[in-house]
Amino acid sequence: MLKDITLGQYFPGDTIVHRLDPRTKLILVVVYIIALFQAKGWVSYAAVTLATALCMILSHIRPKNIFKGLKPMLFIIVLTALLNIFYTEGREIIPGWHMTWEGLARSVQMILRIVLLITGTFLLTYTTSPIALTDGLEMLLSPLKKIKVPVHEMTLMMSMALRFIPTLIEETDKIMSAQKARGADFETGRLIDRAKALLPILVPLFVSAFRRADELAVAMESRCYHGGEGRTRMKTLHFAAHDWIALILGALFLTGLFVMKHYGI
Amino acid sequence: MAEIKVEGLRHVYSAGTPFEKVAIEDVSLTIPQGQLVGVIGHTGSGKSTFIQHLNALLQPTSGKVLVGGRDINENKFTRRDVKWEVGIVFQYPEYQLFEETVYRDIAFGPRNMKLPEDEIDRRVREAARFAQVGEELFERSPLELSGGQKRRIAIAGVIALRPGVLILDEPTAGLDPAGCRQILDNICSYHKESGSTVIIVSHNMDDTARIAERIIAFDHGRVAMDGTPEQVFSEPEKLIAMGLDVPKATALAMALKGAGVPLDGSIYTHGQLLRAVLRAKEAATC
Repeated sequence: MLKDITLGQYFPGDTIVHRLDPRTKLILVVVYIIALFQAKGWVSYAAVTLATALCMILSHIRPKNIFKGLKPMLFIIVLTALLNIFYTEGREIIPGWHMTWEGLARSVQMILRIVLLITGTFLLTYTTSPIALTDGLEMLLSPLKKIKVPVHEMTLMMSMALRFIPTLIEETDKIMSAQKARGADFETGRLIDRAKALLPILVPLFVSAFRRADELAVAMESRCYHGGEGRTRMKTLHFAAHDWIALILGALFLTGLFVMKHYGI
Repeated sequence: MAEIKVEGLRHVYSAGTPFEKVAIEDVSLTIPQGQLVGVIGHTGSGKSTFIQHLNALLQPTSGKVLVGGRDINENKFTRRDVKWEVGIVFQYPEYQLFEETVYRDIAFGPRNMKLPEDEIDRRVREAARFAQVGEELFERSPLELSGGQKRRIAIAGVIALRPGVLILDEPTAGLDPAGCRQILDNICSYHKESGSTVIIVSHNMDDTARIAERIIAFDHGRVAMDGTPEQVFSEPEKLIAMGLDVPKATALAMALKGAGVPLDGSIYTHGQLLRAVLRAKEAATC
């Protein structure tokens, strides 16, 4: 049951989007988010939506998977939409009710903005393996090492965290079975009872997480891990022609949106 | 006190997805009250899935599990109540300890049963005695004790439920030989004194051969062999074909037979091997 949770799931594939350098994709996602927040008029929203759809088609990601990821955000999306309908000044749709046409337009735009934002970031995690992602992040952030930011350590922690999510989920499943066999009840009772019922899961889970961390540290040290200094990689990242093309397209896209913003469309 | 009856049990993991996997199929058997059963089978043969059906932690895809003549999956109350009747000690149970003191950890199950405080105390002390957890450990933190002690505390935590059926999944995995022997002795004496049914899942054929009255072998989700140790170990070739070990005495007897020593009967303990060799020697000198 817990195994059904998907977090930052990666769908392996061999499309042009999958082949892009992770650094390119990371930069493009940042560009995309900036562009999205420049959109004011319907034309610019249409442009961003079109670009997103194009990327989805290119990466062979099915809309179904995107919708699955959107589900947990449904509450926030609906709430934002409602607030915008009711709290925007303008012409009232039904006289006497505080619901305006301007508010309606604005809430549609807000929904679009949230959905596009999530879709864009999903496209990144769906097409890039966690390892490639953290590698890319480390190289992009490496200039920060000059001002003593521990970039390597941070990205290493990130990839370890990703690596251990499935392991810990499995562990949680096991501990839950064991406590259920001793009559623990996680489903019924008042809220406070249910919170207390989590203790028999959380304590063993923390203990085992610390134990695993300890074992991992020993395993890394026994293979001579000594930090990021002078460390080479099995797979080095290379910028190819398509990366430069993608970046140029991204720059053009961003410029286009700034122009649209200037004209207010 | 209860008899376990399993009828046409089948369990499919992740049904309806591409990851669909049939874990057990067409398992029907009866385990009478008070039997000491060894369940063997290689990794992935379905034995762990099987035992989790016996106290309704898993629900069968089809088929029935009856404990004491009652279908345990009838409703959510029977599913809960069967947990007091059938206690499972999982693999590496020491990882489930969480309370501040050993006493409170053993008392966790009885407390969930909502028993009065004096009954809880009685059960904790009784379970601790069975699992050889000294009372001087009661106020210590379970997390600071040795691996063998932790495991005995975890077993005591299940025995404290006073289950009519005690199931142990690999109770000796990862322990030193002395720890193994102690745990198995505890289990045997618990079985004798309480008259409970005990089911032990194990990879260790010597232990299983020594203590079990009946052996059930799983292979590819089905019951491949079911009988007394005598019957099961009389076909060592079949066990080896299933990817299992045979007891050391059986292996030695096979080697001796292969070398031309005429040994008779089913051999799975050291004593039987010794007697068979002596018989063969006598026959040869006559």
